[in-house]
Amino acid sequence: MTLTFINVVAAVIIAIAFVAANAAYLVWAERKGAGFIQRRPGPLENGPWGLLQPPVDGIKLMTKQLLIPGGVDKIIFVIAPVLAMFPTIVSFVTIPFSETIVAHNMNIGLLMIFVFGSMSAMALLMGGWSSRNKYSMISSVRAVSQAVAYEIPMLITTITVVLIAGSLDLMEIVGKQTGGFWHWNVWPLKAGLFNILMPVSFLIFFVCSLAETNRAPFDLGEAESELVAGFHTEYSSMGFGLFFMGEYANIVIGACLTTILFLGGWDCPFGLFPGVWWFIIKIYALICTFIWIRWTFPRTTIYSLLNLSWKVLIPISLFNLLLTAGLLKVF
Amino acid sequence: MLRYFNDILMGLWSLIIGMGITFREFFKPKVTLLYPHQSVKMPARYRGHVELIPDDEGQPLCVVCGMCEKACPSNCISISGEKPEGSKRKVLTSYILDFTKCSLCGSCVDSCNFGAIRYTKEYNLASTRKEDYHFDLLKRLEESKK
Repeated sequence: MTLTFINVVAAVIIAIAFVAANAAYLVWAERKGAGFIQRRPGPLENGPWGLLQPPVDGIKLMTKQLLIPGGVDKIIFVIAPVLAMFPTIVSFVTIPFSETIVAHNMNIGLLMIFVFGSMSAMALLMGGWSSRNKYSMISSVRAVSQAVAYEIPMLITTITVVLIAGSLDLMEIVGKQTGGFWHWNVWPLKAGLFNILMPVSFLIFFVCSLAETNRAPFDLGEAESELVAGFHTEYSSMGFGLFFMGEYANIVIGACLTTILFLGGWDCPFGLFPGVWWFIIKIYALICTFIWIRWTFPRTTIYSLLNLSWKVLIPISLFNLLLTAGLLKVF
Repeated sequence: MLRYFNDILMGLWSLIIGMGITFREFFKPKVTLLYPHQSVKMPARYRGHVELIPDDEGQPLCVVCGMCEKACPSNCISISGEKPEGSKRKVLTSYILDFTKCSLCGSCVDSCNFGAIRYTKEYNLASTRKEDYHFDLLKRLEESKK
């Protein structure tokens, strides 16, 4: 397929629509999930089962005034929410939903996603720093230290998978895992490579993607009980809306990556009917787990958050990297 | 070293237990009421503002003795009555409760020797005007008859 102007515009529109629809309806799913876990019905008033709640919320946010408080660093203040949303949309370009459904496959797709993923921490820093608000400031510092701490084990775990697949191309990483669930990277049964730490690696990657997306129990960046609303305290209207959508779009990216790296992408667990639906089922199962975790665990403290990364996740993931490299050399 | 791994494993196990609990709660029936559509039935001893108790014909049992008026520490109650020609007892003509000052102490109900007033179960009493809280209980009784 050639890169004509129309193709590019269509791809961008589809990517934005997919991200926005996901972000909107994940908020609904989150509120419904929270409700059910707390034995409430969740959103109910707008439409059947409250399904019209996301568009109503969107209209409310869009019709509100976009306030820019006095004394803020205006340019950065305005750029920050855009920067929170933009990298996640770009990341969707290279994510393969099936063998045929991918906007533009790249042989360094994985690297590109991590490059753009690291920009979202930048957006939080810019938003919090430019707000001229001490709570936003503390929050943005926390967000950055958290992003630094959790990007390391995440990347080390990713390198482990890249070593096994021998490629940074997401299509190829999935291609290496086809043929039933025992071929997936999450199991230690992978042909010729009995690395018993792979499930642990999967767990580390999952925890890191929770932390990278600033989700509870790692949402120290927007700890309401301590920091008002964190980095988006001073944002109103769609400024806040973009941060919010960015967070949910990041969750989708995190789930997609976990699926591709560990759960075999669009591969069917039993070798039947491989296709895009398996990918969709897997990412939504992961997203449901994200929501389930959020409404189960209370927020940690910033110290235990950083301790978990530096004292547990990084050593174990490093050890696993060494073990995998050794096993690959031996077998 | 052993403690380090023990801590990790025990921590992980505690997380799984927690997730199990929320998983079970997810499927249990809901315990909340959808407030504007449904509301809680007030318990028998709930104290709302007072109201007049009607007799079998729907007339108030009140004999206008004025005990409630005297018993009220906040002077919320003002009643008046008249004795029609040929009647043995006084008939209530107005019973005004100023609910803005009432603290729901219940002295009026306690002091009534004729069992003529009781607490209501009203709690949806929001309003933006002070005058809405000057209740005419006689009118209320007549309206409840309809």
